Amino acid sequence: MQIWALILILICLAAYGHVIGRRRAISFAAAKPALLHSLPFYHGAYLALWVVIPSLLAIALWLVAQGPIIESLIISGLNTDTQALSADRLSLVLNDIVNVASGDIPSREPTPEIAAAAQKFSELKKLSNLGMVVISLGLGIACLWWAKGKISAEFRARNQVERIFTIIMILASTIAILTTIGIVLSLLFEAWRFFLRIPLDDFLFGLQWSPQTAIRADQVGASGSFGAIPIFAGTLLITVIAMCVAVPLGLMSAIYMSEYASNRLRGVIKPLLEILAGVPTVVYGFFAALTVAPFFRGMGETVGLDVSSESALAAGVVMGIMIIPFVSSLSDDVMNAVPQTLRDGSFALGATKSETIRQVVLPAALPGVVGAVLLAVSRAIGETMIVVMAAGLAANLTANPFEAVTTVTVQIVTLLVGDQEFDSSKTLAAFALGLVLFFITLSLNVFALRIVRKYREKYD
Amino acid sequence: MTDRGLQQHSGAEAVMHGSADKRANEEAARVRRRYRSEARFKAYGIAAIVVAISMLILLVGSIISTGWSAFYQYEIALDVTFEGSEIDANNPRTANYNGFIKSALRSQFPDVSGRKEKRKLYGLVSNGADLQAMQVVVDEPVKIGKTVRIWVLASDDIDSLLKGYIDRDLPEEDRRVKDTELEWIDQLKSDGRIRWSMNTVFWKSGDSREPELAGFWGAIVGSFFTLLVTLALSFPVGVLAAIYLEEFAPKNRWTDFVEVNINNLAAVPSIVFGLLGLAVFLNFFGLPRSAPLVGGIVLSLMTLPTIIIASRAALKAVPPSIREAALGVGASKHQVVTHHVLPLAMPGILTGTIIGMAQALGETAPLLMIGMVAFIVNVPGGITDPSTVMPVQIYLWADSPERAFVARTSAGIMALLGFLVLMNALAVILRKRFERRW
Repeated sequence: MQIWALILILICLAAYGHVIGRRRAISFAAAKPALLHSLPFYHGAYLALWVVIPSLLAIALWLVAQGPIIESLIISGLNTDTQALSADRLSLVLNDIVNVASGDIPSREPTPEIAAAAQKFSELKKLSNLGMVVISLGLGIACLWWAKGKISAEFRARNQVERIFTIIMILASTIAILTTIGIVLSLLFEAWRFFLRIPLDDFLFGLQWSPQTAIRADQVGASGSFGAIPIFAGTLLITVIAMCVAVPLGLMSAIYMSEYASNRLRGVIKPLLEILAGVPTVVYGFFAALTVAPFFRGMGETVGLDVSSESALAAGVVMGIMIIPFVSSLSDDVMNAVPQTLRDGSFALGATKSETIRQVVLPAALPGVVGAVLLAVSRAIGETMIVVMAAGLAANLTANPFEAVTTVTVQIVTLLVGDQEFDSSKTLAAFALGLVLFFITLSLNVFALRIVRKYREKYD
Repeated sequence: MTDRGLQQHSGAEAVMHGSADKRANEEAARVRRRYRSEARFKAYGIAAIVVAISMLILLVGSIISTGWSAFYQYEIALDVTFEGSEIDANNPRTANYNGFIKSALRSQFPDVSGRKEKRKLYGLVSNGADLQAMQVVVDEPVKIGKTVRIWVLASDDIDSLLKGYIDRDLPEEDRRVKDTELEWIDQLKSDGRIRWSMNTVFWKSGDSREPELAGFWGAIVGSFFTLLVTLALSFPVGVLAAIYLEEFAPKNRWTDFVEVNINNLAAVPSIVFGLLGLAVFLNFFGLPRSAPLVGGIVLSLMTLPTIIIASRAALKAVPPSIREAALGVGASKHQVVTHHVLPLAMPGILTGTIIGMAQALGETAPLLMIGMVAFIVNVPGGITDPSTVMPVQIYLWADSPERAFVARTSAGIMALLGFLVLMNALAVILRKRFERRW
């Protein structure tokens, strides 16, 4: 709460800075208004920015730095034999100290050493908080005073303020790049640690996936083997099923809407299909597990087939339904981009509407449609909740859609949900799978976007 | 086809009459075939749309049909005696209300004996019945020492039975509710001691292991805090980035690179953002697990491309003449943007933002990665409290084995869909109301 109060005080200080900046500028202008380079507003804004930005930076820096610094101070104050503990044990001791200091229940009865350290910890914390308040406010006031001195009639306040805003905007636009870099680095780093333990070719070409590492050496069935082929095969199977549903349905509805339907009908159907796209995936997952999977199981029983209740079929079909609007709206766009003259030429030769569509419009739109399908494939591969709720957990290497298979995303979720130590091969394997997922979807997207763009330029 | 038709026509004069007739027949047949295939093709299109829309209807229908029953609950009336000797009037919360409930049940059915039977009898009412009884005394201390008829929640099995989800005709061993319990319930029913009421628990409390006590409010508040963080981060950053890219950025490699990046980020699977959050925000920066703060940061990174793309489209839609007019009267480039372009583009930007927020509201997978799947009973009070969000709560309930959670899950889905419909309706209204054609 304290930090919010501090920020509130800073905002008040900035408002005050704005007022005095304006007033000072107006007092200069009173003599000869034409001499003032910038409007009084910009002088005020200049002072306010000088109050807020340095002190906010100081607060952020302080918050990041205070934890490690306090920690190292505490550790240096502990007994030498406690300091000699391994990193894991030491972090447990530190945890106890923090718990004692905040009044929570520590894992053991606190020894005098820990109690003293806890005392020191809370004192340091208090000191640090005080320091933060003093430094940030002091910095704000100092900057205010310094910037106030710069204000004069000729001072180019507007240019200064605009320059600061330009810098802020550039920073905002680089966040997208930082995110990408963050994703790539974190995945690469964790996956690299995984591949130090498990060789890359074992992971990419192994046929056995059972990430449960053995606790005892002689344990059966917990070999901790990380061959990802069954997972890739499962992902592929479910994706293929989803595409078998989504591509014909999506494409045909796009054709009907762009070539046959009247504007009124379009106005009704398009929003309905968009609703299908807006339903959260967890809802589809529940629908798949509750309604569709039992339905397929019952169907299988009546014709004498053994359909698993977590069959790839159910997950794939529901995923296909989810992707229909995606395929249809993208292909609708591409088909609308085909020039009307091509259609008119075909009609003039006596072709029927369907012949025109099949032999003129679709071939012309084909690259775009392929791009749309590739984007849909990338969506299907990356889709998580439907498969987590409706597909299986065991990695079966099978092409039978009635059996349960597992996918990359399901494995990432099962490996990472729940309490786990962060350094085991099991959790690191999730990052290796994440890396594979990221690169496959990324290359599909890049490829698809290139196709779509190339096609669009052709008729414009 | 038409060329061939022409050839046939010109040739028809030269050939014999019968042959021309035959050709005309063939031609007519071909035309009929082509029209038939035309009709078939059109029918495929209609069928595709009908299938897609009937799937939507099936989805919504199955959710509503399983979920509507979670909005009401059955209650059982008990004549509870609040023994004055056992309740401390100054501190009424400490008394053993479970004991009062049990003795009320025993006096209702005096002939029940044996430990097993008694346990079954106590199982008629919810585990939370003692809290309801306590509330009665805390609200009105005058009731201490009196016998009062209070309505307590039925347990989830009894609730399911009364709602008709448990088939009475099944053999006893296959049924979750046994014959003795059926007898008790029938007797209570004939005494008028069973009624249904609106399910207020669902809208007021957090999660619980007992289906009849599990509420959605904790998840709603968690979603609210998470979206608050998401909005606070992604809206300013997204709009600033869009303004820079659309109005100020020079056309060079770097700008192209940023644009490609944003387009690709929009298509990265959401679970990858969860992995980023786990590796960077939890393990590297040490932010708290399960907190709306981290969830909000991760979701804001995810919705940022949506907001940037929508905002750029809105900025692009403002005609250049506006900018030129403002520049012409002496405004600086920044003044043009802040005074003229941005206000005109704002409705479009807000529409895009609302759609991005709706996406974030329905997102589950990245939040699983950063520990928002914990079982959390308390309603969160801030952005650093452990909490869960609506879609994750739905996922958790969907995974629970109890039969009564199925209805809760569907009810949760209805609530979530309700919020989504509201947000999208807001976006549509905004677009309709403020959209300008130039």
